[in-house]
Amino acid sequence: MENKAESLMGHGSFWLPRSASTVSDNTDLLYNVIMWGSTLLFIAIIAVGIYFVIKYRRTSANMKAEKHVIHNTTLELSWTIIPLILVMIIFVWGYKDYLKLSIPPADSMVINVTGKKWFWQFNYPKEGKNMLNEVVVPQGRPVKLVMTSEDVIHSFYVPNFRVKKDVVPNRYSIVWFEAKDTGVFQVFCTEYCGDGHSGMMATLRVLSQSDYDKWLVESELSEDIPLDQLGKKLFETKACVTCHSVDGSAKVGPTWKGLFGHHVDLANGQSVEADENYLRESMVAPNAKVVKGFAPVMPTYAGLLKDKEIAALIEYIKTLK
Amino acid sequence: MAHAPSGTNYLNATKGWKSWLFTLDHKRIGIMYLLSVCIAFGLGGIFALLLRLELLHPGQMLFTAKQYNQLFTLHGAVMVFLFIIPSIPASLGNFILPIQLGAKDVAFPRLNLASLYIYIFGASFCLYSIFSGAVDTGWTFYTPYSTATDTSVISMTLGAFILGFSSILTGLNFIVTIHKLRPKGMTWFRMPLFLWAMYATSVIQVLATPVLAITLLLLILEKTIHVGIFNPALGGDPVLFQHFFWFYSHPAVYIMILPAMGIMSELVTTFCKKNIFGYKYVAFSSIAIAIISFLVWGHHLFVSGQSEYASMLFSLLTFLVAIPSAIKVFNWLVTMYKGSISFEAPFLYFLSFMFLFSIGGFTGIFLGTLSIDVHLHDTYFVVAHFHYVMMGGTVIAFLGGLHYWWPKMFGKMYSEFWARISCLLIFIGFNAVFFTQFILGAKGMPRRYYNYLDQFQPLHAFSTYGTWVLGTGFLIMAVYLIHSLRKGAPAPDNPWGGLTLEWKTTSPPPVENFLVTPEITHDPYDYERAGL
Repeated sequence: MENKAESLMGHGSFWLPRSASTVSDNTDLLYNVIMWGSTLLFIAIIAVGIYFVIKYRRTSANMKAEKHVIHNTTLELSWTIIPLILVMIIFVWGYKDYLKLSIPPADSMVINVTGKKWFWQFNYPKEGKNMLNEVVVPQGRPVKLVMTSEDVIHSFYVPNFRVKKDVVPNRYSIVWFEAKDTGVFQVFCTEYCGDGHSGMMATLRVLSQSDYDKWLVESELSEDIPLDQLGKKLFETKACVTCHSVDGSAKVGPTWKGLFGHHVDLANGQSVEADENYLRESMVAPNAKVVKGFAPVMPTYAGLLKDKEIAALIEYIKTLK
Repeated sequence: MAHAPSGTNYLNATKGWKSWLFTLDHKRIGIMYLLSVCIAFGLGGIFALLLRLELLHPGQMLFTAKQYNQLFTLHGAVMVFLFIIPSIPASLGNFILPIQLGAKDVAFPRLNLASLYIYIFGASFCLYSIFSGAVDTGWTFYTPYSTATDTSVISMTLGAFILGFSSILTGLNFIVTIHKLRPKGMTWFRMPLFLWAMYATSVIQVLATPVLAITLLLLILEKTIHVGIFNPALGGDPVLFQHFFWFYSHPAVYIMILPAMGIMSELVTTFCKKNIFGYKYVAFSSIAIAIISFLVWGHHLFVSGQSEYASMLFSLLTFLVAIPSAIKVFNWLVTMYKGSISFEAPFLYFLSFMFLFSIGGFTGIFLGTLSIDVHLHDTYFVVAHFHYVMMGGTVIAFLGGLHYWWPKMFGKMYSEFWARISCLLIFIGFNAVFFTQFILGAKGMPRRYYNYLDQFQPLHAFSTYGTWVLGTGFLIMAVYLIHSLRKGAPAPDNPWGGLTLEWKTTSPPPVENFLVTPEITHDPYDYERAGL
């Protein structure tokens, strides 16, 4: 899979992707402290082990144990208490950072997020914007996401920001961040949610405040381009691509290639011609006519697509012969 | 039994399939369990090879998304419920525990056989579910996904429910056996440390398993008669399921690792010809782990939305449970000091365990730390961590124990050369597969992904190549072990110079374990006194 977001492997340190939020540097510092501490202790354990294994290997001169030291209270207490102190330091440190991750600043800007099999829906309550699988935020301002799910549990994860929170049906969960730099970042779903789980990704675009203000007043999509090209764009931005292909291969849902004007066998044994009305119905009421061999898992797009966008998608499907 | 004709042992005392299926001998039951868990391990391993093959490249290779999801669920469920939970206790434990104790059998031989039949019965439900629409929920069965999916969740969870009873009965049997059947002189502190570990394991099995049973039953009730417990659409709470599930399944992690730790204590003493360092610390850390393990389940829910205060307590307790494990590792390490160390295959597994389990332990610190877990939760880092503990720890110790007691169980030696080669391949292959996954996870690669971003491909491919080395190691092992049964040299009674009671009887042991009831007058590992 290719993606427009900044590469996670290509940037950052050997272990971690580039740190891009105001809290992620804290997380990375502690990560590195634990990593180096563990590495040193691990090397020490292994070195002592190797030394003993070589020095006390069984040879004709060493057929039985040289000396049976079997108890030493000082040693036992020290390797109980020292590790205990070390992990308690890490525990308190981790908890303090966790509180910073958990409590959003009071002046945060709010975006509502809905997780659905298998896309992310972003709604800006004040600005009146609605977006799918893409979210745009201003740089240097705390953003609070109020999230819920319409079906199963999902989890919202931005690796570059080191934030993650489960998105649970029937309750709201909150994740917040403040982006340090502008850029395009990867969003994953990290709670297993079924066939389209690995395709449930979004991109998070961070714009400077002025670019963000400009973006807010721009229309969502240019109205000037031909309908079929608009449809092609919507195919990606409205997450159709997660489940449908345009090259004839079956994904979670049936392919769009050669669909228009042909007969479709339905799960109930009937057959129907894929005309404009059928396609429209399949978007707004997908479970009314389920295609044979596929599960009734598609969520409704009623309210998510405007009439013009539905028309554009139909025009795009017509071009896929 | 003193008059038993020489050459008679538990394997040849009676003949025919009935003498096996209706046996009450803990050794035969142990062998049948061993065969069962090895078949389960082979099956789970094949699932693992297939799903790593699918991940060689992004996009579709062999399977659809649904089939991939079913494969990783089956891999997890078979490995956890059919293999790793019964692996050491029910097979090696059943065989060795009464002998090490100096007893003729377990306290309830009929219950022991019943537990095997319950295991087979439960396992058939799990395997049946493969053909009736394999489950695609992950082995954790998280709601509301598991209440919504149309795959056969009911037959898989019913299988796990039934398997739980087998586990409870084995645990109960061992607890009573250790309390009641110790011969004269076998005081608590003269017990081999394997028995302490098995005792701690049994306590967890008896106390924790019922919670899983109830949870799975509630899930089945919700799916069949739509009582709202976990499903929000019916007024339930999906996160409640996670609490219930991990209330069992985290202690279950210690059901898996404690017996492994017991084996480590046996291996290090025998192959160093030295008494264990800090016997009581090792013994009581098993008990400490068993107690604290009940109080850490919430560390699986740090990003679930549970209260920050609860997360704080669970993080604290998680760090506490790490300490007894560290104590054990240090004591094993120092036991080698001034010993006489010999490097047969079982000891190579001991060394392998020390290396892999330490990495598993250290990476557990990352995950127990609240702020770090937020980044690493549900990524490949977690997958790598628990494989380092469960496979690098438990499976490696299981193999160490298998090679250690194989001559005792079957009276045959295996090829030492091939055993070393296979141990080395498993060690190299394992690290190639799973160390790579630490990097993938820290870089942000989520787990349970059928497809992935192109940039992760090189590491995924490397991990997949590792599985081929790992698989080759296991294949070689299967060949030389089976070969040893047919053509192996006869095993002496005490091939490794062990001091615990199983080495004082014949290989294989007679039907009631000892021709002469052993008398116990000193420490289990007192090489100094034995003059060895």
